[in-house]
Amino acid sequence: MIEQPKNFGFGEDETMLRDSAKKFFSDHCSADKLHRQVAGNPDIHRNIECIWDKGLWQQITELGWTAACVPEAAGGIGMPLVAALALAEEAGRAAFPSPLISTFNTTFVLRECNSAAANDVLAEIAGGKPMSLAITNQQGSWEPTDTDVSIDKGQLNGTAWFVQDARKAEGLVVSARSAAGVGLYYVAADAAGVAIAADGIIDLTRDQAHISFTGVTAVEVAAPGAGDVALAYALPAIQAVIAADMVGAGEWLLQTTVEYANTRVQFDRPLGFFQAVKHPLVNVMLDIDRAKSLAYSAACAIDSDPERQEWANTVKLAHMAKANASDMAVFASSRAVQFHGGIGFTWECYVHLFFKRQMHNQMLFGDARYHRAILADMLIGQAA
Amino acid sequence: MADADRKDTQEQAEFRAYCRDWLTNNKPGQPPVRIPLGALELSDPAALQWLQVWQKSAFDAGLVGCDYPVEAGGGGRNNCQTIANQEMQRAKTPFFPNIIGLGMAAPTVLFHAQEDTKNALLPRLFSGEDIWCQGFSEPGAGSDLANQQTFAEKRGDSWVINGHKVWTSLAHFANWMILLCRTDKADKYNGLSYFVVPIQTAIGKGVTVRPLIKLTGETGFNEVIFEDLVVEDKYRLDAVGAGWKVAMTTLSHERGAGQLVTPSAGGMTQDNTKGANTSSPSALIELAKTSYRNGKTAADDPLLRDEIIKIMIRQEAFRQNQRRALVPALIDHPMRIPLQNKLIGTEFNQDLAEIAYDIQGAASSLYLNDENAPGGGEWQLAYMNSFGVTIAAGANEVQRNILGERVLGMPKSK
Ligand SMILES: Cc1cc2nc3c(=O)[nH]c(=O)nc-3n(C[C@H](O)[C@H](O)[C@H](O)COP(=O)(O)OP(=O)(O)OC[C@H]3O[C@@H](n4cnc5c(N)ncnc54)[C@H](O)[C@@H]3O)c2cc1C
Repeated sequence: MIEQPKNFGFGEDETMLRDSAKKFFSDHCSADKLHRQVAGNPDIHRNIECIWDKGLWQQITELGWTAACVPEAAGGIGMPLVAALALAEEAGRAAFPSPLISTFNTTFVLRECNSAAANDVLAEIAGGKPMSLAITNQQGSWEPTDTDVSIDKGQLNGTAWFVQDARKAEGLVVSARSAAGVGLYYVAADAAGVAIAADGIIDLTRDQAHISFTGVTAVEVAAPGAGDVALAYALPAIQAVIAADMVGAGEWLLQTTVEYANTRVQFDRPLGFFQAVKHPLVNVMLDIDRAKSLAYSAACAIDSDPERQEWANTVKLAHMAKANASDMAVFASSRAVQFHGGIGFTWECYVHLFFKRQMHNQMLFGDARYHRAILADMLIGQAA
Repeated sequence: MADADRKDTQEQAEFRAYCRDWLTNNKPGQPPVRIPLGALELSDPAALQWLQVWQKSAFDAGLVGCDYPVEAGGGGRNNCQTIANQEMQRAKTPFFPNIIGLGMAAPTVLFHAQEDTKNALLPRLFSGEDIWCQGFSEPGAGSDLANQQTFAEKRGDSWVINGHKVWTSLAHFANWMILLCRTDKADKYNGLSYFVVPIQTAIGKGVTVRPLIKLTGETGFNEVIFEDLVVEDKYRLDAVGAGWKVAMTTLSHERGAGQLVTPSAGGMTQDNTKGANTSSPSALIELAKTSYRNGKTAADDPLLRDEIIKIMIRQEAFRQNQRRALVPALIDHPMRIPLQNKLIGTEFNQDLAEIAYDIQGAASSLYLNDENAPGGGEWQLAYMNSFGVTIAAGANEVQRNILGERVLGMPKSK
């Protein structure tokens, strides 16, 4: 057994980084401001927009957030994955509209590519360039070998679906198939032949698109046959970091609802006096804590085992983290809306921003049942 | 990262090595009789006696009471009980029988008893030679614990006690009781006082212990009746009227949220019975692989597979919660995880056993007295017994009140 740090590897540096993120979000990203920023137009048939604050992105890159988990050899800071989790958790608590999570996810994939070309892209991430992954097919499969994009003679053709933060990203890592297998390719988002078609989505704090590639010249970062392997190695980190975003958003929903339950008076009592309100909120807390402990343990397992000697355990923890976080996200948002009563059902109440982010999060890279089905095969064995 | 974050202290590391070594040579073999799932289910004197011998040997070796002062029979170490507990779990030892003594009476006595009383009582408590019980609940004082009616009246230098305690686990074996009772009828909370009472020597002389039969058919708890029992004043803990405060020390330790880590052993499985280990999901998977529905095993049923995985996720999360509880940078409120433990642990066991019921299908009707019962019928017994602990030690509804009020800051439900 590999000995893992008791504190998940969350030491002084990670605490300082997290505390600076807390301060950053409390200075710049109140829910009130967020609502004014992204919820200006409730029209269901509104034009699809991509709203974010590039100035704030500039600031967080200067604070080193995108460099945090880029290896030192590629010009980054080389912090453990738990540092990225802490940043994602704070970003989730602020429902921060930014390509931070997508850029992290791209980082995790490139770290597994072990190529000079991948390191060049990592250096750009460390320098603050936002990136995203274009690795999902039209069926929305999360399997690393599934892609609707092909590569032939160095040119990409086909469409990648459900690309996160697509219009914020300046670079894309694309999975594409050739006769020799699935490889990974880097293209600039504004390269010739790249057409980004924005999706109309529910979450107001994100943007998503399907992206078609027509004869796009691309740089190989992982060779055919090595691309899906790199993706598979990166998936636990991706699942853990999204789970952390959900933990942060879940905690916002919990604390905001508790505050409301403590101030809103009905039947001469604050709502929180009534156990029909109090007990489910305690259950939300239990669920958040489970998700948080699992997410940090998965990240720590990845950090502690660079040789992947206990990889099955790492994979297990990450599936558990995302499964638990997905259920928690749905539960925390549903209780938040319900316990705010009529006001919770309005566009005006900030709860819907987090509700929608959680609903998006819960499916991203697999919902709870998806992960549990994989866990069942791993831990019980394939069903007859 | 500082080394301290990663490793045992030097004292802990040396002690861990010592424990591991001692356990290798001294871990008990298979018991001669059936040992129940936990100490609260003890009803066979032979099982008790065998477990007492084990507890005493662990105490003599220094694995019990490690962090208590030497004068009180402890080891005088720093944060070493955790190490001993981990090593005993690792070695899969039997559990300790004096569970109420170790978990509730010991810290209360340490923090609140008079010096002589403390030093006289604790060594025999740690060794398990004295078994302790807890006399808190009464017919009219359950969740509303402060509604105590048992009354202690001062007569000269002594106290005379009259009243009726119920659900008193282990009282049928106990030498000593921690007793909460009333000394002032005018004040609900400040009218309570706390005593330690030698009950076994007083049976027939002011104390009557009557077993109550649980819904499983087992005995395990009792009612205890006091009729003019005389107790010396040296057995009073803390001031007259300070009983509620003292009881809080007991309860915080009972809920695993106290200052001192409770000595705890366990993990043993018995080879000489066909009984299943009903606290582990891996046993659940084994059960699923040997139980059938619609011609396939239960382990092939997609809905049951999902239930099994859900409970395994909860188990892993519980484990990781314990780890995170010790990392201040990753927790928002110091009591947030400790106060969840009782609730989460007891509901985990209940739900685990309930899934086992579902897995067995028709065979879930069979009980301990049927030779065809899967796992010896232990899952069915475990399911029924699981309600004992979702009710005892502060019913889980009350635990949810506590979490909502103390951790989330919501208004008191009372
Ligand atoms: C196996 C077992 C062992 C025990 N061992 C001991 C022992 O050794 N010593 C000892 O002193 N006691 C012991 N007890 C007693 C135990 O502490 C009490 O049963 C417990 O505190 C509940 O009290 P009650 O049984 O009177 O139920 P009640 O308090 O009447 O509660 C009945 C139901 O109402 C709910 N309820 C009560 N108040 C509230 C509220 N404010 N909000 C929401 N729901 C509420 C409860 O959660 C429960 O579901 C034991 C109990 C069991 C089951």
